[in-house]
Amino acid sequence: MLEAIGVSSVDDLFDAIPEALRLDGPLGLEDGLSESECFDELAALAARNAHADSEACFLGAGMYDHYVPALVDAITQRSEFLTPYTPYQPEVSQGGLQAMFEFQTAISELTGLPVANASLYEGPSSAASAAYLAIGATKRTKLVASRGLHPHSRAALRTYAKGFGAEVVEVGLADGVTDAGELAAAAGDDTAAVFIQNPNFLGAIEDVAALAAIAKDAGALTAAAVDPISLSVLRPPGECGVDVAFGEGQPLGNRLDFGGPSFGFFAATEEHIRRMPGRIAGETTDADDRRGFVLALQTREQHIRREKATHNICTSQALNALAGVIYLAWLGKRGFTELGELVAQRTAYAREKLAAIDGVELLHEAPVFREFAVRVETPVEAVLDRCAEDGLAAGYWLGREYDEYQDGLLVALTERRSKADIDRLADSLERAVQGAGDEFLRAGRRNSPEEVAT
Amino acid sequence: MTGPAPSPPPANADTPTAQQRETAITIYEKSVAGRRAATLPSLDVPERALSELIPQNLLREKPAILPEVSEPEIVRHYNRLSRRNFDLDTGPYPLGSCTMKHNPRLNERVAALPGHARVHPAQDPKRAQGALELMWRLERSLAEITGLPHVCLQPSAGSHGELAGLLLTRAYHADRGEERAKVLTPDTSHGTNPATVTMAGYEAVKVATDERGGVDLDDLRAKVDDQVACLMLTNPNTLGVFDENIAEIASLVHDTGGTLYYDGANLNAIMGRTRPGDMGFDICHLNLHKSFSQPHGGGGPGAGPIAVSDRIAPYLPVPRIVRDEGSNGAAPPFDLAYDEPKSIGRLRGFQGNFGVFVRSYAYIRSLGGDGLTDASETAVLNANYLLARLRAGRAGKYLPLAFDRLPMHEFVLSGAPAKRDVQAKTLDIAKRLLDYGFHPPTIYFPLLVDEALMFEPTETETRESLDELAEAIESILTEAESDPEILHRAPYTTPVRRLDEAAASRRPVVRQPLG
Repeated sequence: MLEAIGVSSVDDLFDAIPEALRLDGPLGLEDGLSESECFDELAALAARNAHADSEACFLGAGMYDHYVPALVDAITQRSEFLTPYTPYQPEVSQGGLQAMFEFQTAISELTGLPVANASLYEGPSSAASAAYLAIGATKRTKLVASRGLHPHSRAALRTYAKGFGAEVVEVGLADGVTDAGELAAAAGDDTAAVFIQNPNFLGAIEDVAALAAIAKDAGALTAAAVDPISLSVLRPPGECGVDVAFGEGQPLGNRLDFGGPSFGFFAATEEHIRRMPGRIAGETTDADDRRGFVLALQTREQHIRREKATHNICTSQALNALAGVIYLAWLGKRGFTELGELVAQRTAYAREKLAAIDGVELLHEAPVFREFAVRVETPVEAVLDRCAEDGLAAGYWLGREYDEYQDGLLVALTERRSKADIDRLADSLERAVQGAGDEFLRAGRRNSPEEVAT
Repeated sequence: MTGPAPSPPPANADTPTAQQRETAITIYEKSVAGRRAATLPSLDVPERALSELIPQNLLREKPAILPEVSEPEIVRHYNRLSRRNFDLDTGPYPLGSCTMKHNPRLNERVAALPGHARVHPAQDPKRAQGALELMWRLERSLAEITGLPHVCLQPSAGSHGELAGLLLTRAYHADRGEERAKVLTPDTSHGTNPATVTMAGYEAVKVATDERGGVDLDDLRAKVDDQVACLMLTNPNTLGVFDENIAEIASLVHDTGGTLYYDGANLNAIMGRTRPGDMGFDICHLNLHKSFSQPHGGGGPGAGPIAVSDRIAPYLPVPRIVRDEGSNGAAPPFDLAYDEPKSIGRLRGFQGNFGVFVRSYAYIRSLGGDGLTDASETAVLNANYLLARLRAGRAGKYLPLAFDRLPMHEFVLSGAPAKRDVQAKTLDIAKRLLDYGFHPPTIYFPLLVDEALMFEPTETETRESLDELAEAIESILTEAESDPEILHRAPYTTPVRRLDEAAASRRPVVRQPLG
């Protein structure tokens, strides 16, 4: 090969790197491993994590332990879906492009909005993408966010806002839901978008139509984060005056994966189609008039439009979105509704059961879907440690993100948490709350700096 | 030769193939009322009326329309769709700037272990020590590979890392009481660079390329001033050319107080040979889905960790992974730290694309330091060999190298002579290559090269497959000499023929119309 190139050594191929910049020794990394050794090392790391098979997981806060059917793995592990690049050559990418088209159709149906893209990175950064769209559409720079919006979404908004030249203002919760009066006062003629979440971070169901009407009065867009599973039973955002609906797609056929990869979904009204971020598949025909699919509206995108693009995103989450559409096809029209109803019933049962424990009370009385918040009179971290000893991840400590809910515990349900699991949680929680003494009291909270800053 | 010899169809092959005779049918169009695949647990708690739990006005009136299909139908449908994709496991995929290297299946196996795949992201760090240690070890490995000591794994992709880099730059300058307006990007840069500049609130200013394919130093000198926040650079750049003036470029930018950003898309050329930190870069992103073997998945997922120098470290996104060196095993050593007052904050939810970290860490452990160096050396060798093979044939005449010097891991040819002399546009050559069983190179990028074709074979192609690719190009150019119409009407053998991409944007149909 060197002879064909006309050089005498591989080193010659690196001549362009100035001598002073060359690495003078080997990389300071361990030696390579055989396949079996590498497997064993990675398996040993995995063995040191508690996970949703080793304990009953009532953790939620945006990602949920739904069952991922076997056919999702079987299909997404096929080489033809696993190993191609972005479908820049549509003639040999019809499988992926058609799956994107089917995905967009399903997301459009769920959200009740006509235009969906083929996915974004994940949930919270999709909030920032919605903000960018709203700033472009309204030429305004104030973003008003309910404190019911996921703390990570609000944090992402604040991070991106520095680049957008935008300001983020938060609106508090009253009785578990967004304070409509405070929202009306905060949203004005400088507001690009109002951000809400349904169900909100405390699990409470918002009156989305009423909140969207307040935004509309101010001439602002409404951007709503939604749990896709909730759209089986809750009124879709498109019927409530929402302009952009987005969210975390993990509940749709994706693993927990300690937080990713999953996908973000993003849907909007027709008027925003040319401002949409990310890939969009569209239907077309080939030279012989056969039906086919291509990447549509590419003039929005960075590889064509460069600094004038509607977004900088390139990598999408095609494989995760594929899992999402396979999952939705697996559930089907009836299965999707049944899943939502089952989750709603289990949530109601668990909420009553936990609220009946001495030392536990509801944090709010608003109607909920899949997740609810309680206050416990013993330090939540100590309670969680106790429950972990019983093989339970009992929930999410709200004090991690909310100063006002230091005693708050957020509990999530899926179809995998049976009545027996819920009863076990109630027993364990009761013992933990009543039995936990001073030895569990620990000083020091772990608030994130972004939360302290607000 | 080990693979099957290319057997291109005759020029008049307009009889549809079996696959072309199949009509594309969506999963929705297969729906029959009442069919289903899912089985769900039965209701085991006392049933309540839904409207008792949730007020009627907040409930959905009509169910969302989803396909009604059985499990065998779903499996057949998506298997059939899969056969309408070309993929890296089927044949060479020399897509420039995308680093389509083999995806080891071990990585899929370890990523699927329940102790990785089933860990909830809000799990108490005390009970996720293995996951945090894996991330910490990956951070340390990437710091060594880049020569930049502080790593944050959070960004979800290269473009996300770029945005992080510019927000870090903004925070760094703001901390010094400065506000700068402009970011420089070479005219050869990836489209994500200028798009990111705009999103980060800066003005994108283009820097010219000199006759050797590097940054034009005179143009840079003319444009770099105290309003320039950052220069974003890829090295080797998108022409596959290593910019030997990098040290001078770095000092020009640093002298006026700017930061230097390294777009890691082309890291596969230099691992173990040189490092962005040693070249003077302050911030760099890595594409774990390029250099570190995460499968591309038809467009994602990926991950775009960033590595930075000491002066940028205080601004890194939170949470950071920290190791308590002093606990002596008494307490769990790894934790997530949020208390970083100068941090730019979060870019996304939770800790990032952990499943990608597992695969890339397994890749790094499999290869080790020497193996990564070998990978880059072989990638550069393969690119140069492919180029030599092409130049020895008709490509030497019709597809000359855009900048005539030894490339690194990828190279860019100009199809201008082919277009002029044999009426074969780059698009035609690319489409014809599909009939020969190869994915085409990246085309029409970088923009400054007329009719560009950008080849990146990667280290995981064999000499034999490179020979076959060179022979396919030779054969296509021979066809063009005798009858360019063969190319104009290509491809012939793909599931569909050439598609009308413009129509899909003029009248966009982006979802299935349903009852």
